[in-house]
Amino acid sequence: MTKLNKSKALIAMGLAVSSFALASVAGAEGHGAAPLVINGDIEIVTNTAAPAHMENISTIQSGWEFRTPDTQDLQRDDFDNPGMLGVDDARETWATVEGSEGKSCASCHGEPETLAGVKAVYPKWNEDAGEVRTIEMQINACRTENMGAEAYGYSDGAMTDMSALISSVSRGLPVNVAIDGPAQATWEQGKELYYTRTGQLELSCANCHEDNYDNLIRADHLSQGQINGFPVYRLNNAKLNSVHDRFKGCVRDTRAETYKPGSPEFVALELYVASRGNGLSVEGPSVRN
Amino acid sequence: MKISISLAAALACVAGIAAAEPVAPAEVQYDEYGAVAQSLTGVAGDPANGKVIMGTKSKGNCVSCHAAAGLAEFPFHGEVGPVLDGVGDRWNEAEMRGIVANAKMTYEGTIMPAFYKTEGYIRPGDAYTGKAPTEPLGPLLSAQDIEDVVAFLLTLKE
Ligand code: HEC
Ligand code: HEC
Ligand code: HEC
Repeated sequence: MTKLNKSKALIAMGLAVSSFALASVAGAEGHGAAPLVINGDIEIVTNTAAPAHMENISTIQSGWEFRTPDTQDLQRDDFDNPGMLGVDDARETWATVEGSEGKSCASCHGEPETLAGVKAVYPKWNEDAGEVRTIEMQINACRTENMGAEAYGYSDGAMTDMSALISSVSRGLPVNVAIDGPAQATWEQGKELYYTRTGQLELSCANCHEDNYDNLIRADHLSQGQINGFPVYRLNNAKLNSVHDRFKGCVRDTRAETYKPGSPEFVALELYVASRGNGLSVEGPSVRN
Repeated sequence: MKISISLAAALACVAGIAAAEPVAPAEVQYDEYGAVAQSLTGVAGDPANGKVIMGTKSKGNCVSCHAAAGLAEFPFHGEVGPVLDGVGDRWNEAEMRGIVANAKMTYEGTIMPAFYKTEGYIRPGDAYTGKAPTEPLGPLLSAQDIEDVVAFLLTLKE
């Protein structure tokens, strides 16, 4: 990175910090509105000190902090959060028997709440499979290996709903993905991808989400591109969106050839991006524009 | 018959002179500060068209990163790049051409895309489709687009 960009990043940081300080007094748009508490019960950490591995950002912030108060408010109560409809659908699927083994998720796992804490540590190294697995990969592993059912398409609606259910029971717990040990090589690959300037516009994730968060790009208020809120219900497309669908959209917008949802590259990128949110609360399904 | 043929030939000849081959992206000569002295087309830039290119999403889309009072008619000005008011006082024509053609020659590592370049990309796509290109890539803006944008920028004086 050049000096220019570094100093820009520092300026952006200073701005973010100072507008933050202001906001806590003035309650300015998008920042420092009343803290996020879901259903009057689940306290969500939407900003905190960056994990030690991050070099250019000192305070990490959930995408929630960059949205307008109207959008933010949709997350305060599950009755207002349209993403919870997908969670309800997935609760039905959870208890539905599918596949040759005559089992449902519930047959082995009991209530979805038994998986509280799982989302916070994914993507995660799976020793038996010898690979880093996302929640989606694990859902498909259970479907094909434990139920004799067909795999979901990686970003299918039913898959994203199930992922939202598993996330929802971990809300409020701190993201804490492991980046060392057997996951380290995958994490390094993800970091490399994060800083690679792709496409004809030659932009990396970092160019927008690290050097320029809190700036407007066209009409969009740039966030840090965190994934603690996924799956995300987007008001723009009126559905729950998977992490990899969001990555795909952002890569496409650099006029690049994207990777596929579920590809090893996006799995690695997901692990790395998740680790940039270590310390924020699991928030999915969240609401964004 | 004879007359019409020679007339066509003469016309073609005139057209040939007017539309001299633009300088190809790979042939552009940048000096050590990133300036480009020679016009890319030899045709004077049209500032009115340059303004439209800067404000139009499917063309330069410069407003996605830059604000400028002179571009107020286009919505959604971004804040990623500096405000362009008075930019015509800050740079001369050659410097401006260099910045618009390939800003990376002026500002090392800048986030500003290179608008007159066709090579050296990582995983380039076919515009915004997310797919691999099926044909060789063209530059983001044509040679004359660059000249038009430069002409407009030079009018932005305080
Ligand atoms: C035949 C029993 C069985 C069925 C049916 C089953 N699973 Fe599993 N699942 C397991 C076992 C065994 C593990 C690995 C051990 C563990 O971590 O609990 C596991 C692990 C998981 C994990 C990761 C837990 C962790 O701590 O890392 C998730 C998420 C999961 N299952 C989701 C599902 C979903 C969703 C379904 C239904 C589509 C399902 N499972 C169906 C047996 C089953
Ligand atoms: C040209 C700028 C740009 C680039 C480059 C870019 N993004 Fe984004 N991204 C955006 C915009 C704009 C949004 C929507 C507003 C926001 O949340 O920042 C967004 C949103 C996101 C979100 C959703 C955040 C949330 O809370 O809902 C994630 C995650 C994300 N980007 C990840 C990435 C990753 C990973 C890369 C690199 C592969 C990347 N982005 C590259 C512009 C960009
Ligand atoms: C992705 C964001 C982005 C886009 C799109 C973009 N620029 Fe820039 N531009 C910048 C940044 C950032 C700088 C400042 C250089 C630096 O510090 O990296 C800059 C600098 C400039 C400058 C010099 C400004 C000064 O104050 O001296 C000019 C002129 C300029 N850009 C013109 C354009 C034109 C014309 C377009 C469209 C054809 C354009 N830019 C598109 C980000 C962008």
